[in-house]
Amino acid sequence: MAFEYAPAPESRSIVDIKPSYGLFIDGEFVDGRGSSFKTINPATEETLAEIAEASDADVDLAVRAARRAFRGWSRLSGKERAKYLFRIARIIQERGRELAVLESIDNGKPIKESRDVDVPIVAAHFFYYAGWADKLEYAGLGPAPQPLGVAGQVIPWNFPLLMLAWKVAPALACGNTVVLKPAETTPLTALLFAEICQQADLPPGVVNIVTGAGATGQAVVAHPDVDKVAFTGSTAVGKAIARAIAGTDKKATLELGGKAANIVFDDAPIDQAVEGIVGGIFFNQGHVCCAGSRLLVQESVADEVLAKLKRRMGTLRVGDPLDKNTDIGAINSAEQLARIRELSEIGESEGAERWSPACDLPSSGFWFPPTIFTGVTQAHRIAREEVFGPVLSVLTFRTPAEAIEKANNTPYGLSAGVWTEKGSRILHMASQLRAGVVWANTFNKFDPASPFGGYKESGYGREGGRQGLAAYLKGADL
Amino acid sequence: MPTSAPTDPVPGLAAYSEVTASDASLRRFLHGLPGVDQVGAEARAAGLGTRSIKTTAKAWALDLAIRMVDLTTLEGQDTPGKVRALANKALRPDPADPTCPSVAAVCVYGDLVGEVKAIVGDQVNVAAVATAFPSGRASMDVKLADTRDAVANGADEIDMVIDRGAFLAGRYLQVFEEIVATREACVRPDGTHAHLKVIFETGELQTYDNVRRASWLAMLAGTDFIKTSTGKVQPAATLPVTLVMLEAVRDFREATGVQIGVKPAGGIRTAKDAIKYLVMVNEIAGDDWLDPDWFRFGASTLLNDLLMQRTKMTTGRYSGPDYFTLD
Repeated sequence: MAFEYAPAPESRSIVDIKPSYGLFIDGEFVDGRGSSFKTINPATEETLAEIAEASDADVDLAVRAARRAFRGWSRLSGKERAKYLFRIARIIQERGRELAVLESIDNGKPIKESRDVDVPIVAAHFFYYAGWADKLEYAGLGPAPQPLGVAGQVIPWNFPLLMLAWKVAPALACGNTVVLKPAETTPLTALLFAEICQQADLPPGVVNIVTGAGATGQAVVAHPDVDKVAFTGSTAVGKAIARAIAGTDKKATLELGGKAANIVFDDAPIDQAVEGIVGGIFFNQGHVCCAGSRLLVQESVADEVLAKLKRRMGTLRVGDPLDKNTDIGAINSAEQLARIRELSEIGESEGAERWSPACDLPSSGFWFPPTIFTGVTQAHRIAREEVFGPVLSVLTFRTPAEAIEKANNTPYGLSAGVWTEKGSRILHMASQLRAGVVWANTFNKFDPASPFGGYKESGYGREGGRQGLAAYLKGADL
Repeated sequence: MPTSAPTDPVPGLAAYSEVTASDASLRRFLHGLPGVDQVGAEARAAGLGTRSIKTTAKAWALDLAIRMVDLTTLEGQDTPGKVRALANKALRPDPADPTCPSVAAVCVYGDLVGEVKAIVGDQVNVAAVATAFPSGRASMDVKLADTRDAVANGADEIDMVIDRGAFLAGRYLQVFEEIVATREACVRPDGTHAHLKVIFETGELQTYDNVRRASWLAMLAGTDFIKTSTGKVQPAATLPVTLVMLEAVRDFREATGVQIGVKPAGGIRTAKDAIKYLVMVNEIAGDDWLDPDWFRFGASTLLNDLLMQRTKMTTGRYSGPDYFTLD
């Protein structure tokens, strides 16, 4: 008899979802003046709540509130700002389960990832930047670094709360105030974060949250009184933002798409490499800009690695995101599912071989099985375009030089992985790969102290670490 | 359980005859196995440990774990009376509940095999430790005599220790030949043989690379089971060490068609821990290994916690330790 794990669902009763949500402006929840839209649970297609769509006028109110708040907030001593950030970090820990459940319901990601990865790193970011708030003059960014002013921040749907933390924590630590727009498919945890700001007695206007779709984001970015734009999302939107702010004195950091190479040499710790490949592409359903979506495996071990990878993929459990044993949850939206399907069909029509393990997918909601394409070459579209889903392209190489050449032969450069037992090769590869992060014998590891950002079409600027402070301080450049 | 004589050629192993021809070729082969990344292996084991096993799956796992227990006493103070008590416990772990299964085996020193056998008969296997257990520090003649004595006393299974000194000194062929010789010493007059389990004492081998090499070495030498520890050295069985051994048996079957069993021993005390091991067996080696023929727990205190959890599942209440027999 096989070991069938009985369902182990996390209770959703811990979180209270209101039927409708307004905007968070100047420390208060207010009604939007625009229309509204629905946010749904991608695992069931059930409507979760009605969300206000912020109009240009709403965005203007939010930016004005942030400007007013900036006067006081930027004059607070670093130590005082740190107190608020520490308090927020502690409340995030205290309400961690609530945040994790809400994130999984709204986003579709498995509870074990929102609970064990997202929320702990979110809290860690607030703690980390709280620690910097009173030490800015020692960060190596000039003797008396000054905040920029109002930051307009637009974040994606793949890590709603984590991307909020990456943006809000350094901005506040440096003395800026923010107007943040979460993605239209995943606004709920940002709105819960607004409650946490109230709970922490954060001065009104320091954090403002405006919900909406692309137009709201555009209004935030284009607002003349926004001093700094921080965006994480697709390369196409990133380019549009860069065009929109060209010629203004707005500072910007853009963290865009990727098509990361995960390079496995023949002397790699194969079992752990297989684990790293799985974590690299199937973590968060592959909705990761730094996902290791291009596997480059040395020809001499390609068969062995592929056989083990397929075996491992057979043990992945796809289904209810709130089940504690689920490894792969739901695709975030119907739109994204269509995009993944389209690119997969293109992969097949171009002659790559498609494989998925046998798995039952739920009948409602948006689902895509973990999938690999073998026989892929650099000339295939699935080797070049970002799928942003649980789809891995497998390519082979013969020599380290060829691996470097193929890894760098992409318009993107956010991350890369190297698997080898040879230390000197790790250092050599890391210096040759044009990627913001190079992971050695691991993948998808995040830490607030480690800067993150890309080369080429993966954007510019860095988030996280000491470098992440530079993006929110005047005249600071690393 | 395999009963063929050790001299029978195993088709899958023939391909490895050159590997085991000399110390140099054996070393090249063992050092050519893929390395184990310590951080990655430990992270994987920890990840599997967070599987949430509830209700029906838990009830099934508890019964399976009981059936996999090698109930063990390996003390200098062991007496016939003590092992007879243990033998009765092995047959009827929970006297209050006749549906409770027997354990897999009782594991004792070689001189006490007869006492256990007299009680359990063929219902539960009797395992004996041999080869100068637990240190393995004796001449080969003594180790083989120790083994033959235990087999002659009626042991169904022999748990041997490897010479860790020889292994760490790189004398792999010596370790290989000791396992081959011990397996031959397990043959009974009628041509059948006692099941051989090879104990690595992974706490002394220290690295996961060594654990993987020792696993392949023992499997190439024809062992039936690979076992982590004697229970006399800390750390004994751990999840990551067992993970590496499960990967080894999985890969070995892939390469040779021969299935080898795995036995973590020492330090597994709670039902919760045992279930973590079963999850790992299921996801690393596969459900073919979810059977007492292919996976065992070497333990003395684990059984009562399994019984306590089992009773909790059926009655909804926890009982105190006095509701379960001592041994």
